[in-house]
Amino acid sequence: MAKHQKDEKKEPDTTGHEWDGIREYDNPMPRWWLWVLYLTIIWGLWYSIAYPAWPLISKATAGYKDWSSREQLAEDMTAFDELNAPWNAKLDETPLTEISADAELELYAVNSGGAVFRTWCAQCHGSGAAGAPGYPNLLDNAWLWGGSIEDIYFSVKHGIRNDDDEDARYSQMPAFGEILDKEQIVQVTQYVMSLSSAQSDDAAAKAGEMIFQDNCASCHGEDGKGDREQGAPNLTDAIWLYGGSEEDLTETITYSRFGVMPAWSGRLTEAQVRAVSTYVHQLGGGE
Amino acid sequence: MSQSQPESPPSLYAAREPVFPKRVSGKFRNLKWVIMLVTLGIYYVIPWVRWDRGSELPDQAVLVDMAGRRFYFFWIEIWPHEFYFVAGLLVMAGLGLFLFTSALGRVWCGYACPQTVWTDLFILVERWIEGDRNARLRLHRQKKWDFRKARLRVTKWIVWLLIAVGTGGAWVFYFADAPTLLVDLFTLNAHPVAYSTVAILTATTFIFGGFAREQICIYACPWPRIQAAMMDEDTLVVGYRDWRGEPRKHSKEITEDTPQGDCIDCMACVNVCPVGIDIRDGQQMECITCALCIDACDDIMEKVGKPRGLIDYMALTDEVSEREGKQVKPVWKHILRPRTILYTSLWSLVGIGLVFALFIRADINMTVAPVRNPTYVVLSDGAIRNTYEIRLRNKLGESREFALSTSGSDALQLQLEGLSDNIVEMPADAQKLQRVYLVAPAGSDPASAETTNVRLWVEDVENGERASKDTVFNGKSN
Repeated sequence: MAKHQKDEKKEPDTTGHEWDGIREYDNPMPRWWLWVLYLTIIWGLWYSIAYPAWPLISKATAGYKDWSSREQLAEDMTAFDELNAPWNAKLDETPLTEISADAELELYAVNSGGAVFRTWCAQCHGSGAAGAPGYPNLLDNAWLWGGSIEDIYFSVKHGIRNDDDEDARYSQMPAFGEILDKEQIVQVTQYVMSLSSAQSDDAAAKAGEMIFQDNCASCHGEDGKGDREQGAPNLTDAIWLYGGSEEDLTETITYSRFGVMPAWSGRLTEAQVRAVSTYVHQLGGGE
Repeated sequence: MSQSQPESPPSLYAAREPVFPKRVSGKFRNLKWVIMLVTLGIYYVIPWVRWDRGSELPDQAVLVDMAGRRFYFFWIEIWPHEFYFVAGLLVMAGLGLFLFTSALGRVWCGYACPQTVWTDLFILVERWIEGDRNARLRLHRQKKWDFRKARLRVTKWIVWLLIAVGTGGAWVFYFADAPTLLVDLFTLNAHPVAYSTVAILTATTFIFGGFAREQICIYACPWPRIQAAMMDEDTLVVGYRDWRGEPRKHSKEITEDTPQGDCIDCMACVNVCPVGIDIRDGQQMECITCALCIDACDDIMEKVGKPRGLIDYMALTDEVSEREGKQVKPVWKHILRPRTILYTSLWSLVGIGLVFALFIRADINMTVAPVRNPTYVVLSDGAIRNTYEIRLRNKLGESREFALSTSGSDALQLQLEGLSDNIVEMPADAQKLQRVYLVAPAGSDPASAETTNVRLWVEDVENGERASKDTVFNGKSN
């Protein structure tokens, strides 16, 4: 071991200026520090020439590298799309009912479909797909237009009761407030409530049955179990899209309901529609 | 504006004075050879030991599989969520170091530290090629690079480099299948990470073992600083019995009438020291307690017909009693003290805890994440359904069937998404995410209660081993 040398105390030079007896030491900056500073200045100059930097009247200088964040994003998106392209192609050509047979493809469909759902569908159906009054819950086992993957695919692709797609599923319940009188509406409401074993006035319900058979059974069926061909809901089950209380039902019968879902074939790619259909189908209610 | 440049302050830098440890033999040197053989042997051989875990798992006895997120150690397989085993081993390593340091000082530094072991190996190579201390000193002082010096130096560096490559090379075998990786390394098919790891470890071994040596211990390593706080007056460290050795006299200086200690000032203890200190100056921070000076001095004492142990392992308390001519404590009393007993107990406690945890851990494991968006779903018949995301883990080396069931309420029925029965096929050594539904029929207790406590079970159909997790079923209470 070398013997340690003692550090002698030495008064450094001053700058020569003096303010009220206060002098300033003239300690030079470390060389390496100074060089780093010069290098950052050089780098900064190069950077402002290479990349968009100096603001002009309408836009900034473009820089000789001709770089833009928009282009970078586009490149990233293209790279992402290219990565997914083989999967999307496979999704396009696999029959809907066979997607779940291929575990990897199903994983891709469910995950990419989930992303599509959260982007485009969650606004109405909720991020957990539990729906809201007027917007169907996609987790349960009640389906207005059918819950097989083909049915779901058709609904997503063409939408419901929209004017944009010729193939959109379409049906319209009349506003019975213009057809039936108030007492008849009360009676038919009581009958509908009795169908799903809700508390109801027996006498009124009995009278309402005749009105129901004459006016409602053509769509909802004689037994009230609905008709998926026409998107007519099952009135005997526990699920009410617009509420199952007497008040809600009276409003529904009097003024009717007309839920619209847009067609997604124009906005989403075929693979996206298939993916989101697969996602919805495996949420727990799929048939 | 003229300003005088300040004069540069005196430099605090001290250039290294090269150390040329002399060959020595004795019991501590022999112990160090054995430790070197065993530790290096373990390090180089372990990756090549095979261990049969079935066809679907790696057959390497010790393997850190980063990509597969598994750590294999003979019959033990650690998953990422069992990292507490590694943490526990680190706690044990820490406590073990406390124990050894409080009992025997820097015994880790002197015998087992890789820096010491590899430096020892590098010095061995140096001695083989360039000769012992005096020859190496001559070669060092010879300014002119003639053919002989160049030949010796280059040969030494090549051998060091080969050892260094072997060291770095052995390291990467712990992280991949060793035979495959060896072939890949030579056919240039290995991953760049493997090459860069080998390169970095080759460089560090070559520089640390060949050139930096004791400077790593003195300047770079934080452990010696920590150790100083763990030693006390009962710790056995290497010391010099100056009351016996002084006044030291070289044989030429001895006359009839001067007092003469046992030390003949032959410098044997200094010449063999790998960190280049004189132990006769007392305990000092550079000393790694490698005990080679004890061997060197004992050898001389024997030759001059004096008792051994002029330099010896001893504690500060021994020094005091020995000076006063009192009986010294036996060695076991230095080692068996409340402090070391406490460290040993803590060490054993953690060890027993880990072994216990190892034995009770199941090969089957499950975590449950209840879906809370929404908390429940009403089905068309009025039944209430809750959804749970279950992550199943099969730690066995073969595929199994896992049966899922529930207990807590008889009314609840269990269904699995995408499966018609309650059996999940689990591949070997894998985990799987499975959505599980619990359905409470309309009017049943769980359907109307705000919450019901339920337990989910997973059972290995083949051997009946099972695991469970408690969770909650949300009903439609309003």
